[in-house]
Amino acid sequence: MKILVCITHVPDTTSKISFTDNNTKFNSNGVQYIIGPYDDYALARAVELKEQSGGSVTLLNVGGSETEPTLRKGLAIGADEAIRVNAEPTDAFFVAKQIAAVVKEGSYDLVLMGRESIDYNGGQVHGMVGELLNMPSVSPVMQLDLEGDTAKVAREIEGGKEYLELKLPLIAGCQEPIAEWKIPNMRGIMTARQKPLKVQEAVSDETMTSTLRYELPPPKSGVTLFQPDQIKELVDALKNEAKIL
Amino acid sequence: MPILVFIESAEGAVKKSSAEAVSYASAMAAQMGEKEIIAIALGNEVPEESLANLGKHGATKVLQVSDERLNQGVIQACAAVLHQAMEKTGSDILVLAKSSLGDPVAARVAIKQQAALASNIVALPNLDEGFVVKRSIYTGKAFTYVKLNANKKILAVKKNAVDLKEDGNPVTVETFEAVLSDADFNVKITKVEKAEGEVLLPEADIVVSGGRGMKGPENWGMLEDLAKVLGAATGCSKPVSDMGWRPHHEHVGQTGIKVSPTLYIAVGISGAIQHLAGVNSSKYIVVINQDPEAPFFKAADYGVVGNAFDIVPKLTEAIKASKN
Repeated sequence: MKILVCITHVPDTTSKISFTDNNTKFNSNGVQYIIGPYDDYALARAVELKEQSGGSVTLLNVGGSETEPTLRKGLAIGADEAIRVNAEPTDAFFVAKQIAAVVKEGSYDLVLMGRESIDYNGGQVHGMVGELLNMPSVSPVMQLDLEGDTAKVAREIEGGKEYLELKLPLIAGCQEPIAEWKIPNMRGIMTARQKPLKVQEAVSDETMTSTLRYELPPPKSGVTLFQPDQIKELVDALKNEAKIL
Repeated sequence: MPILVFIESAEGAVKKSSAEAVSYASAMAAQMGEKEIIAIALGNEVPEESLANLGKHGATKVLQVSDERLNQGVIQACAAVLHQAMEKTGSDILVLAKSSLGDPVAARVAIKQQAALASNIVALPNLDEGFVVKRSIYTGKAFTYVKLNANKKILAVKKNAVDLKEDGNPVTVETFEAVLSDADFNVKITKVEKAEGEVLLPEADIVVSGGRGMKGPENWGMLEDLAKVLGAATGCSKPVSDMGWRPHHEHVGQTGIKVSPTLYIAVGISGAIQHLAGVNSSKYIVVINQDPEAPFFKAADYGVVGNAFDIVPKLTEAIKASKN
């Protein structure tokens, strides 16, 4: 079983978001970077599957050298090796092309990633990779078990869950509760330094979209407080100001 | 060139988010001087009359692919049909609602069509400098303006991006024959677990959400009562779903469902940044919390400081009274 886990290198979920250069660049000043939370679930499940049935877990990130500490953290969690495609992840199509090339080259049986990145929130890459390779893709996956070459998957749908069976190879976009996040232990951190981290160049520079600028939402004008005995006044405000009820 | 709109259904009815996608396409067509908006529905579960009513939201024609294998959303099969429909109708733009099915389907169609795809779109495109859309990023903490550079375009629209258009007239429903192979259905759906008759959280105009301040799952009845008078969906914070008080599909936040309703009512939720990320595109936020220092009040429009167990039933009664 060869498993590829694609991870994003994203600002910590508690980060305050701001932009520089006339709102054209993300301000990374003081921002802590982490493995994307959804990707972290995918990685945890990959490590569990390897522990159950053997095989290997390869990590993949498309990004500059600044993402290497994030890849090393993934190695400390239990991946065996890492690949970094040395390029800015400019859009979903560009990233999907890079991942598809790596999957093809390495003949992976299972490709896991987060359902979406928490910076771009596109949720597109798994579907695009699947289509590029003519493989089934499924997302958002909450449960994934293997029986031979069949994957048994639970996928979240609005208001519930759908249970699926499909043949490997396949691409899955993961989310909780597929596995518990794993925290690297000391031994993991030590061995991670020795594990191979291969850097390779992008296979194509094609993109479909370009980002022009960023914008922050307007600040909230402030809360109007009501006393517990003013509930009628609250309802009136919802009715007359917000025009909801 | 016509604009194609992918229609999703739930429990035999057109999803409201799909009606919004049609409204979006209609408003965009007006901007672009296009005349034709073709809605396409997959499967045979939605009655013809409901499909014809998509005309009210701006569709000029509705296509139905009456293959019962499409009643369950198989990602590849849906993508294959939409690809064929874009080809046959000559559409170069596909509009759909962002959803757990819409996103992966759109991604596959984008590759088949060599189309530029943007999801999480929150407003009509700006056509002054090419084709530029505004998207929500960083889980609702920011927006970005993205230019779509391919001739063909796919737009996955977030809830509340445009007002629902309701002044059109019903239109005719035609059958669309799609060519599907077994390979398009290489996924076997073995079981579906679904809460019946509930307002779906991502679709809801009003959401009533509870946090740890509710003290236990046995106290959810009062939130359900409030949701009922409002026609709202119920949601919860991450600790509540982690403790198993409520199912995962109700978890609102950074790693759960992101909602953008007209009104979000948060009861006993302190407002951690990860929770706010899932709700900050709500139009109005009401916070009920006994801690006046709860960070959620900073993100709220209206707030009540006090005991939820006292306030929530009063609010339910006051809303009932206001409706009479």
